[in-house]
Formats: sequence, C-alpha cells, structure tokens
Amino acid sequence: MSNLIEVNGLVKHFGATRAVDGVSFNVGTGTVLGLLGPNGAGKTTTVRMLATLLTPDAGSASIDGFDVVTDATSVRSIIGLTGQYAAVDEKLTGRENLWMVGRLLGMRRDDADARASELLARFRLSDAGDRQVKTYSGGMRRRVDLAVSLVGRPEVLFLDEPTTGLDPASRIEMWEVTRELISEGTTVLLTTQYLEEADELADRIVVIDSGRVIAEGTAEELKDRTGGRTLELTLTQRADLERATTIAMRIGDRPVTARSDVATLEVEVGRDTEYAARVVAALSEGGIAVEEFRLQRPSLDDVFLSLTGHAAEAEADGEEDENGDDEQADS
Amino acid sequence: MSALSRPRGPAALLHDGVILTWRNLVSLPRTPELLLFTLIQPIMFVLLFTYVFGGSIGQSLPPDVSYAQFLIPGIMVQTLVFSTNSTAVGLADDLQKGLVDRFRSLPIARSAVLVGRICSDAVRLTMVAVVLVAIGYVVGFRLEAGIGWGVLMILTAVAFGFSMSWIMATIGLSVRDAETASTAGFVWLFPLTFVSSVFVPVTSMPGWLQVIARNNPVTLLSNLLREFTLIGRPAAGTVLPVLLWMVGIVVVFAPLAVSRYRKV
Ligand SMILES: Nc1ncnc2c1ncn2[C@@H]1O[C@H](COP(=O)(O)OP(=O)(O)OP(=O)(O)O)[C@@H](O)[C@H]1O
Ligand SMILES: [Mg+2]
Repeated sequence: MSNLIEVNGLVKHFGATRAVDGVSFNVGTGTVLGLLGPNGAGKTTTVRMLATLLTPDAGSASIDGFDVVTDATSVRSIIGLTGQYAAVDEKLTGRENLWMVGRLLGMRRDDADARASELLARFRLSDAGDRQVKTYSGGMRRRVDLAVSLVGRPEVLFLDEPTTGLDPASRIEMWEVTRELISEGTTVLLTTQYLEEADELADRIVVIDSGRVIAEGTAEELKDRTGGRTLELTLTQRADLERATTIAMRIGDRPVTARSDVATLEVEVGRDTEYAARVVAALSEGGIAVEEFRLQRPSLDDVFLSLTGHAAEAEADGEEDENGDDEQADS
Repeated sequence: MSALSRPRGPAALLHDGVILTWRNLVSLPRTPELLLFTLIQPIMFVLLFTYVFGGSIGQSLPPDVSYAQFLIPGIMVQTLVFSTNSTAVGLADDLQKGLVDRFRSLPIARSAVLVGRICSDAVRLTMVAVVLVAIGYVVGFRLEAGIGWGVLMILTAVAFGFSMSWIMATIGLSVRDAETASTAGFVWLFPLTFVSSVFVPVTSMPGWLQVIARNNPVTLLSNLLREFTLIGRPAAGTVLPVLLWMVGIVVVFAPLAVSRYRKV
C-alpha cells in the first residue's frame, strides 16, 4: 500500500513556542490517521502546514507526491479542509456557501447547483439549506462546513477536531458521516483530543504532545503497550469480599485489590488469561457467588496517561461539561 | 459528473473575483445595520450641515454659490472615505472567522479574496454616491454643468474610494480582528476629512492649518468634484494632483495588502 501523505520532520516555531518540533508520519491511501493530542500539542499547526496555509520552518511534507511548499496549488486541488472552527460565511445560506465553492472550483452553474443539493441532502441539511448559516446550530454548522470541504470530491480530507464542542448526539452524527466518507475511500487525517474518537474512526493513531510524536500504532497496539489487563469480579454478596480476596491471592502472585464500595475484586492478570480463568474457577469452588466478571483492557486514557505523564484533556473537558449541565439544572 | 474548468492566469483572478464580489453583495441586503448606516448617515449629515451650519458657513462662500452646492461634493468625498472602513472590517472579519483559511486552501487565484472585497465595496460606494446626489437635490443642489459631469463626479469619487480601500485592506489584514479594524480604520479619517475643504472653505482656517488642508487629497478631490458640478471641464491643474494621489495610494498599498494577505 502506498502513502498518500508523507510527513518528514516538520518544524514550526512561533517565537519561543515550539508548536511543531520535528513531526514525521505517513498516511496510507484510503486509510484514516488519527492525530491525537491535548490542547496546544500542535495538531492544528501540523494540519495548517499540510493544507498549505502555513510554511514549515524545517522538514517537508507531500500529498500524493506534491510538495506542500513548492507545489501548493496542486496540493490545494486535491485536499479538503474542515478546520477546528466552522469556516463558512454566516450571512450566506448553506446552499449558497456550497454553490460558491463549487463555482470557485470551476463548476458550471447548474453543476454547482446539483452538487449543493446533493451535499445538503447527504448531510441532512435540505430543510435548512435556504436559511442563513447564522441561524444554524453548532452541529449543523459543522456539517455544512464538512460539506463545503467535500464539494470538489477531495482525495484527502483534513478534519481538525471535528466534534470538539458538540453535544453527544451531534458528535455521533458527525462520526456517522465521517464513517461514510471513509467507506468511500477518502484518505482522512483527523485530529482529536478525544481518545474515544480516534479509537472509533482511525485505522492508525499518532499521539503528539508538545509538538513531538510520542507514540504511534493502531488503537490495539497502543492499548497493548501499557500491557496489563484487569480481571474485574463483582460479587453478589459484599460480605464475601474478604474471603474472595484470600482465595484469589492463593492462586499466585498477581496483585489483588478489593473495592468494597462496589463489592468488586480486581486482579491484574497482565496477558495471562489462563490465570484469570483459574481465579474464576477457584472462587466458584469456594462457593462464592459471582454476579459478573469481565476482562478489562486498558482504555486509551490509561495509555495516554502512561505516555504523556498527564491525563488527556478530553477528560477534563467532559467534567467541565457535566458541571455546566448541573448548573443549568439547578437554576 | 461535474466538469471542472478553471480559467488560468489573469482570467482566473477575474473569475474568482467576480464570484467573491457576488458573495459580499448578496449578503448586503441581509445586513440591515450596514445598509442603514450606509444610507442614513449621509442623509443625516447633509440635512444637519445644510440647516445647522449652512447659514453661517454660507457667508464665507462666493455670493453665487449656495451652501448645498458647496457641501454635496465635499460630503460625498467624506462619506465615501468613511465607507471604505468596511473593507478593513470585512477582511478582518473573514480572517477571524477562518474564511480566509478556507479560501486559501482552495486552488483559486491568490488575491481573489482581496479583489472580491474591494470590488463589492466599490459597488456599495457607488450606491452611496447616488443616494447623496438624490438627497442633495432635496436641499437645493443641482448638477449645473449637466448630468454627464455628474456621472463623472460619482465615478471619480468612487475611484478615490477604491484607492483608499487598499489602505483599509492593509489595515484589516494587519489587525486581524473586526473590532480593532473598525477603530483602527476610523480614527485617522477624522483629521483627514475635517482638515479639508469638505465642510468649510480652507480660507476660514488658521494659516498653518491651511497649508495642510490645501494639500490634503480630500480637499483636492472635493474641489475637483465642485468644478465638475458647477462648471464642467476642470483645469488640468485640479485633475493632476488628484490622479497622482489615487495612483500613488494604489501603487504603495496594493502590493502591501497583497503581501499581508499572503502572510496571514
Ligand atoms: N499563530 C500563532 N502564533 C503564536 N503561537 C501559536 C500560533 N498558533 C499556535 N501557536 C501555539 O503553538 C502551540 C500549538 O498550537 P496548536 O493550535 O497547533 O495546538 P492544537 O494541538 O491544535 O491545540 P487545540 O487542541 O487547543 O486546538 C500552542 O502553544 C499555541 O499557543
Ligand atoms: Mg487545534
């Protein structure tokens, strides 16, 4: 499989800020790469360089063989960009925004008309198509913005944090339309702060922090990297917890944690699933009723934490959102 | 499938410029504040100046020239100069909202966004100029040298506004924020338009100010427009300085605006 996007040691400094500090990665034709990183990691700066909006200080990048600096016009004719903030003209209607870009790309009037209607229908905006964009909700703006970047049927699509600031329903809707695009073979570079999003949409993930790549692989590989799986056993009777702990410790030397608040026993079994089976069997023999048990793989959040030494920003955002909702409910 | 046929070279700039001019003009009637500001402000100025100051200022004019006759060409220059502020605000707004990024990621002519903005603003300036002549007729202004010279007056005023738009574009692309652009675009227009012959004859000012006012392009242009409306064919000595100012401004600021645009 060939690489449609090749990035070699890209560097961009803003004064003393090393926004992007030697980033390299490749994106295979027809695949989705998730560029994952917290606020200020350098995601937008990287995308802006690839989309020919910013000139790199060092390093190089090419898209379908066209250099982003020396052959910017060729690059522009094969890319679509959906920036972090919806870049549509609010005073125009959704349809006019689409039509305008179609015309700029050299479509005839009626072709631009047809393409606009087609995209409005596809993004469930047909009803709102003739309203000014300023009347749209956040989710609708993002969808029309994505639609605008698809007018020219780009080979490569850059999606910069496509769901940041959207409510869960709109987020899932964005995921659905993105998946459709992916299934049609568009090569996608997606940036996100949400580990879940990268896991959902991307074939491969590049984790960046402070302008540097700190890990790369599939979601599975990244999860495996932190190694351990945890066997979680929820007991029917909380009173059994102490006895169950003793039994589990007798199996071997894997660490056991009892969490009495949820009547749950956690055994860190690593990659040894056999060990987990033995714990379950021993408890059953000991006459301890188990309500539920599961083998838990580390979440990408755990991976992120172990890679960067700090928690992913997405989590903090989620908490803020929840607090916000609470405040609204109170008033 | 939709066939793509983008023109090349200078034709591309024309093609893209026309589409982006369209974009700015369609939204004009949907922005009532802007339209109101564009039309109401000049009407108010004409009425205020004619009836509040007209009596006293009119005394220092030659006996055969009415204040309305003196005021309308000047106020046209003043209003159009102020109207070019929307070039700065519009571009800064496009930058702030990420629209410039969107356009720059498309394979279109590089300065099309600038050209589209400045051309649509020129159309708006023409509208304002026509409204001013109309309101002028209400307060006693007449195109005494004929309608042809009246048309030339409007075109010359708009051409000057067009050249000023390049300064405004440079400002808008430098400050990159619509609100700052609005202030940065306005402040220097007050001394520019008031230290001139727009509202009062230059001879009524103190000597040192007269020197500045006489060489102010706003004065030179106001006087030229007055010649257009009163006597028609102007003297070469009145035309040349105005022409030099317009060309000079474009020659300096158009490349500056374009290079700013490329760097954003
Ligand atoms: N134009 C600029 N001038 C100065 N500093 C900048 C500029 N753009 C970005 N930076 C800085 O570069 C760093 C990386 O910014 P960037 O926007 O690429 O991060 P990001 O990963 O997209 O973050 P976020 O998730 O918040 O969007 C940040 O420290 C930011 O403050
Ligand atoms: Mg960003």
